[in-house]
Amino acid sequence: MADPFMTAVALRDAIVRGELSAESAVRHTLDRITALDPILHAFLLVDAERAITRARALDAAGTPAGPLHGVPVALKDNIAVRGMRTTAGSRVLENYVSPFDATVVRKLEQAGAVIVGKTVCDEFAMGSSTEHCAFGPSRNPWATDRIPGGSSGGSAVAVAAGMTPLALGSDTGGSIRQPAALCGIVGLKPTYGRVSRYGLVAFASSLDQIGPFSRSVADAALTMDVLSGADPRDSTAADQQIPGFSRSLSDDARGLRVGVPRHLLAEGLDDEVRVRFEESLAMLENLGVSIRTIELPNSPHAIPVYYLVGTAEASSNLARYDGVRYGIRATDPSSLSDMYDRTRSAGFGAEVKRRIMLGTYVLSAGYYDAYYLKAQQVRTLIRRDFERAFEDVDVVATPTSPTPAFPIGERIDDPLQMYLADVFTVSAPLAGLPAISVPCGLTGNRLPIGLQFTGRAWDESTLFRIAAAYERATPWATLHPAVTAPATESSTRK
Amino acid sequence: MASTLTRDEVARIAELARLSLSDAEVTLFTTQLTRILEYAEAVQRVDTAGVPPTSHAIATGSVWRDDEAGPSLDRDDILRGAPSASTDTGLLKVPKVL
Repeated sequence: MADPFMTAVALRDAIVRGELSAESAVRHTLDRITALDPILHAFLLVDAERAITRARALDAAGTPAGPLHGVPVALKDNIAVRGMRTTAGSRVLENYVSPFDATVVRKLEQAGAVIVGKTVCDEFAMGSSTEHCAFGPSRNPWATDRIPGGSSGGSAVAVAAGMTPLALGSDTGGSIRQPAALCGIVGLKPTYGRVSRYGLVAFASSLDQIGPFSRSVADAALTMDVLSGADPRDSTAADQQIPGFSRSLSDDARGLRVGVPRHLLAEGLDDEVRVRFEESLAMLENLGVSIRTIELPNSPHAIPVYYLVGTAEASSNLARYDGVRYGIRATDPSSLSDMYDRTRSAGFGAEVKRRIMLGTYVLSAGYYDAYYLKAQQVRTLIRRDFERAFEDVDVVATPTSPTPAFPIGERIDDPLQMYLADVFTVSAPLAGLPAISVPCGLTGNRLPIGLQFTGRAWDESTLFRIAAAYERATPWATLHPAVTAPATESSTRK
Repeated sequence: MASTLTRDEVARIAELARLSLSDAEVTLFTTQLTRILEYAEAVQRVDTAGVPPTSHAIATGSVWRDDEAGPSLDRDDILRGAPSASTDTGLLKVPKVL
């Protein structure tokens, strides 16, 4: 495999045609990880033996296993694989080995995919940079002194740097789309309920969704064909028709109506991001798309609403890390409560503690109505704004991130600045809507910029249609980083 | 609602959250959580009279399936993941409660 940036579809076709074996494809992937991961730190765990065994079995079977036959895939380390460590980027789960497969893992393997390992993420998916990973951050392959975005940063790096053609992440407030944008690849957050979360380490249960990273829109659509559907093990995975997303790619974008909430673009937007975004809109008009200005009056409240709702749910979900059933336990506890307190204090990092504290506060007696209930009401208004907008437009377009990738360390001591990285991504999960980020160019110093489309609930097809048309009309999907070690290599931050 | 947190309040929240924080953490979180809550104050000024809360954006209602027995996870696998357990008796171990 001369080209490490081959798409999943092209790689699968080459394997199915017998031009290369699944085993040699996975060996190329493992070699590239060995060469690049010391620089990029995308992976927390690589299981080469498991991957090669699996690839040999696919080769031996003779007939293609499914639409991802022989395709190497990386998983964010909050997705459970039986017999594999699943840390969610946290000390508290440092040596936890999952006794079961996530539903998405089962589906990927049934489709012929080869799982190669687990990727770096912010602890419990809480962060926008991977700097909150207890085992050190990933580095952006376009500029290794910068963050790749987060929380699913390692998955984005694996795909952007040509290690694996596909990866899965999870998105609660932007954790797939923001790193996809900052690494110059495609990332999709599906509609809430589209993909089963059985085996995903829970962060905020009314928001979390699993979705794909890829280097092409077609690969993202194909992955969604594989992942979507109801699951008896996750009651939120909805029994909705799966339209065959790969079929929506060939249609052009002519006649689609795109809404642009210009009032959200007034402040805090990087100049180069703004220029690329406007160029993207002009390109879409060339493709026969009509651009309209829309209002999402309550979206300016989306960040605080997200951090009130998300942390409340997290404080509840993370109560399970008490040193009893899994993970670490404080040594020589004097009592049960001493064990709880010291296990959690030793196991959780600063950002997770901060969010548990905030979430506990907003749910506590006397503050519940003022913070949590109020945030849920404003969430309703944010959702209604989108419903109204979708009466006149098919898709909403914004930049994915207000800035390109920022330097490692720049925001680590200022949680509020870190939270503002999510300004364009938090609304879609609050409203339950699908949203995709596609590359839309580079800054002057070659940092990727992402374009985000948000669609109606269950209408990923329209997102794929417009994203594929845009991708065909622009050169961005063909640009890849030339990974080089940072000039002054410092040891990995802990 | 005033959003300034005191150190005592932060300590109380830590107790509710079952976290034992160092003095330095209490100081840091008092400052940081106050800033975050100040930022969230704008939400409290939104007129939400008569607006129902959204707990899940896509309401699916109750989902039913048949109550059929099926294979469970292997007990020993689960016990092996626990910090302290006895596979002989099939029990998780914790410090004395009484």
